Amino acid sequence: MNYLTRWQKPETANWPGFGRLNSLRDEIDRLFDAPLAEFAKASHLLSGWTPALDIFEDKDNILVKAELPGMKKEEIEISLHDGSLSISGERKAQSKHEDAEVYRAERFFGRFQRTVSLPMAVDGAKVKAQYKDGVLTVTLPKAEEAKPKQIEINVS
Amino acid sequence: MKTATQTETRPTTNERPKAQEYVTPEVNIFETKEGYLLEAEMPGVSKDGLEITLEGNELTIIGRRQPEQQVGEPLFRECHAYDYRRMFELDPAIDTSKVSAKIEQGVLTLTLPKSEKVKPRKVVVD
Repeated sequence: MNYLTRWQKPETANWPGFGRLNSLRDEIDRLFDAPLAEFAKASHLLSGWTPALDIFEDKDNILVKAELPGMKKEEIEISLHDGSLSISGERKAQSKHEDAEVYRAERFFGRFQRTVSLPMAVDGAKVKAQYKDGVLTVTLPKAEEAKPKQIEINVS
Repeated sequence: MKTATQTETRPTTNERPKAQEYVTPEVNIFETKEGYLLEAEMPGVSKDGLEITLEGNELTIIGRRQPEQQVGEPLFRECHAYDYRRMFELDPAIDTSKVSAKIEQGVLTLTLPKSEKVKPRKVVVD
């Protein structure tokens, strides 16, 4: 349980810019209680933001889903280059919180980029993307030559 | 280092905690003169999946993901399938009847105003 009640860390009470470090310490605290899977989540505090990705394949498409909560459509860039899909962007902190006192700062603000190699050729002209509930879904139709083909045998 | 104010392990039942059942959403908490602002990251949760409960001065937020549509065969998975849950103890100064919430692109924003009597006010000198 976390407290909303004011509580100052004695040694770093009024230091500016300690938000990330404090939350790093929280993460380390949490690691002692958490299963190993949580460990991966903690690493973003050291290396910026690595949004989680899922990749699916169906008969005609490759689908890439990325968790990008709280962004604007315009802040997300998607590019396709040499069989790799890149999702990048910048999440900007809202300036309205500037004069507020910060209790917890666990959310990451700043640039991120993720690149995945696609398992097969896709039709770059037909790629579609949708952003809903903080989840980006990129649909990449497979290129005709990458689809499995049934070959008919002619009997003469 | 665990401190008395950060206990997340206080048991409420005899059951062992099931670590796999929920993911803890990342939060930002701000305090202004007017009250508190809490932002929680819950990608994949829409308005319908939200459950916010206030019990005494304990706030629980639960975010349930949309049931996943079958979208083919997974090749690579990183996203959690679990729902989100996190609990907070509220400052007694918060007027719990005026708490409001909204969710936008997977980010829940809770506004927790302080009750009128604890807000700082200027005394006018006659």
